[in-house]
Amino acid sequence: MAKFLFYRLLQAVFVVLAVTLIVSFAIRLTGDPAVMLAQGAGSITEADLERIREALGLNQPFIAQYLDFLRGLLVGDLGRSFMGGTQVSDLVGRALPATLALAFASLFVSIAVSIPLGIKAAVSRGRWPDQLIRVLSLIGLSFPNFWLAIMLVLLFSITFNLLPPSGMEGWSSFVMPAATMGIILTATNVRLVRTTMLDTLRSQYVMVARAKGLSNTVVLYKHALRNCSIPLITYFGLQFGGLLGGIVVVERVFNWPGLGTLAFEAVAARDYPVLQGVITVLSLLIITINLLVDIAYGLVDPRVRKD
Amino acid sequence: MSHSPLLDVESLHVAFGRNEVVKNLSFSVQAGETLAIVGESGSGKSVTSLAIMRLVEYQHASITKGCIRFQRPDGITCLDLTQLTDREMRRIRGKEISMIFQEPMTSLNPVYTIGDQIAEVLALHEQHDRSSARQEAIRLLKLVRLADAESLLKRYPHQLSGGMRQRVMIAMALACKPRILVADEPTTALDVTIQAQILAIIRDLQKELGMAVIFITHDMGVVAEVADHVVVMREGEKIEEAPVKEIFANPREPYTKALLSAVPKLGSMQGHRLPRIEPLIVFDGSEARRVGESREQNTVQQDASPIVRINNLVTRFDIRKGFFGGVSHRVHAVEHVSLDIYPGETLALVGESGSGKSTIGRSIQLLQESTSGDILFSGKPVAQMSRIEKMRLRQEVQYIFQDPFASLDPRKSVGFSIAEPIHTHGLLSGRRNVQRRVSELLERVGLKPEHAERYPHEFSGGQRQRICIARALASRPKLIIADEALSALDVSIQAQIIHLMMTLQREEGLAYLFISHDMAVVEKMSHRVAVLHLGQVVELGPRQRVFDAPQHAYTRKLLAAVPVADPAQRHKHVLLEGEIPSPIRKVGDEPSIHPLIEVHPGHFVSREASHNHSPIAVNNNIQETGT
Repeated sequence: MAKFLFYRLLQAVFVVLAVTLIVSFAIRLTGDPAVMLAQGAGSITEADLERIREALGLNQPFIAQYLDFLRGLLVGDLGRSFMGGTQVSDLVGRALPATLALAFASLFVSIAVSIPLGIKAAVSRGRWPDQLIRVLSLIGLSFPNFWLAIMLVLLFSITFNLLPPSGMEGWSSFVMPAATMGIILTATNVRLVRTTMLDTLRSQYVMVARAKGLSNTVVLYKHALRNCSIPLITYFGLQFGGLLGGIVVVERVFNWPGLGTLAFEAVAARDYPVLQGVITVLSLLIITINLLVDIAYGLVDPRVRKD
Repeated sequence: MSHSPLLDVESLHVAFGRNEVVKNLSFSVQAGETLAIVGESGSGKSVTSLAIMRLVEYQHASITKGCIRFQRPDGITCLDLTQLTDREMRRIRGKEISMIFQEPMTSLNPVYTIGDQIAEVLALHEQHDRSSARQEAIRLLKLVRLADAESLLKRYPHQLSGGMRQRVMIAMALACKPRILVADEPTTALDVTIQAQILAIIRDLQKELGMAVIFITHDMGVVAEVADHVVVMREGEKIEEAPVKEIFANPREPYTKALLSAVPKLGSMQGHRLPRIEPLIVFDGSEARRVGESREQNTVQQDASPIVRINNLVTRFDIRKGFFGGVSHRVHAVEHVSLDIYPGETLALVGESGSGKSTIGRSIQLLQESTSGDILFSGKPVAQMSRIEKMRLRQEVQYIFQDPFASLDPRKSVGFSIAEPIHTHGLLSGRRNVQRRVSELLERVGLKPEHAERYPHEFSGGQRQRICIARALASRPKLIIADEALSALDVSIQAQIIHLMMTLQREEGLAYLFISHDMAVVEKMSHRVAVLHLGQVVELGPRQRVFDAPQHAYTRKLLAAVPVADPAQRHKHVLLEGEIPSPIRKVGDEPSIHPLIEVHPGHFVSREASHNHSPIAVNNNIQETGT
């Protein structure tokens, strides 16, 4: 186990290096942050711009800037924002909980809905509940998430005035962003649960469980579901990465104070340190989720346990 | 009959959609009695067993007519199981009627411990709490003669061998002292020695608990061994029903006669030096006819040089522990085996699971790299062969496998599959010529040329095996390795394929390496027999010598375990104890090699100097066996 964790850590270091290097390089192709900062300050001379660049350390070669970023990373210092000079770690620290809360809420909603629906579809394969669930899932798959978000806002905030259209204040503000993400995730997850369940239901041990006289619920949710869990956990883990990507859009629409909004604003303002910080934290998050997935395999299936 | 039956099935009809698979079936079972339902694939016997449990509904089938009367413990009233709700039925399943299934490897849930799975039934039907369920589970595991019951509770199914798993299944099925046990082919997937153990356990426990057993099987040997009463089924209908002795001594229906005569019987070749092509018993729906004649299979070219000579072959597989761990154990699959195969000869390799018989076959076809030793093909060691020579070897040595469906590409037409080796080895050119050859090959194996256009799923199991044989013949081989090629087939189909293989041997001068665990079939087909145990040949000789005068204890044990299709000879053999030993050993713990001694011209037996084996039970968790 110790060996396993050590290799995982090594892997994490490489991933963070690669991701931050690419991102730092790419964002510098978008243009000069000094120009952005100088906007609105009246007349600006080239000398003024040069002073701004020097103050931000942008006059150094790219490699030197990147090494500087890495040096800071080693001691947990992500640098300061170009805009206003706030510590990036503070900005990320404030945004991360909001994003995590939204991500887990959506994933939780999606899992809680897709497992029973997927099982129902598998059990009634070919009959109307299955057909209905499959059609609904197809509709869910066809929605672009921003469109769905806007429709929800129109309906529940503008027409019925039931839910706040933006921001994060109280549980009611979670409903629409989580539903938007959740509906799209659920659409794929239902199909996955249905397919793995169909395979598992063909297993001899499911018939044995029925022959014991166990109730349908116990047979499906105890005996069959746990045997589906390896593909499901794998997929949910992978999905989490995609979820963090998709969340940028949803956070924008609902003006959610999360990492997505932060990253979006950083790109618009060419705020390199903030973007680098957000990306670093996101990649660490995804690595951690993958590690948890690997550990979960061993918990649910004794056949993959090592040592 | 003096008292009313425990279970009375009357005019039962079961259908998948509109397709009736059980038609008008009636039979009854008395308390304490064993009823065998026999039939070939598609006879509806398994569906019948699921219908009794009312589990057919979960297979998308339904009971369309008839009733299943189940006597209540008071001995007077009856329940019609077909009329119960699912909730009521659940109180009967697992408690009053329980079931064991064919595949012990997949019958237990892989993610729960043995203890959990047994305790589950006890908690459900007998209201046991955790600790009393545990105690009861230990008692049950001891009942099915599993040693070390206490530590077994914490184990998972994958850490147990097939025989052990089937015993756990039996323990689970008997947990609530059912009045009826339905056993659907419970020993079909097991080695004969383990089969004998399981049958003995079921028989003893049946006596102890006084329960009735409904035994579903295709194996007449098993029927003779266990049944009191027999129902023969064919295509969903009952053909004949009689007490077991009556069925074997005096079958009335032609189908039963044909079925019985197709069963390979151990000892059928006594007094014959060579195998014989026997006439086929063909059942054409109304009567059984004999087709063909009996001829001696004198095809061996003894004075020719051997096609294949295996010299001191050793094959070992490393087992690595953990992710980056080193080699801790090795599977000693083949240990210093030397064999020759002559043109026109059938050499049988017999032994239990893990004896290394399939590994030898794969090594000859270069599908498996060996650790040391030589394989000489037409006198030339494989190691010194050029690519072209190896290609030629692959052409002249062909393989047929146990599962004909899995070995044919489902998306390619049968004609394509048969033509493929012709193209690969460049044997013929021109579409016409290849097509003509494919038609000819299909006819050779008893199929029609127009079958070439069809796909594997359109054929029955026996026909698919014929297609596999046609494909093997396509490259004009000298040797065909048949790895359990008959094991998955019904006996009547098996008899046809044996007939086909022997006819082809006579006409094409083929040699066969016949890998099988079925001693009766081996006796029918082979010229010579090699008995393998833990990767070593323990006995090798002419078939007549090995079967009529077996010298090695292991050969005798294998022969004794074969169920005899004759109820008069029941229980004659002793119960064989113990598990099949495992070929897995710790690194450095090399097995001792037992040299073969010639006891009779051509008959070799290994002499074990001492018994310094330290075998590990099959599939036991390797980590736990290290001391």
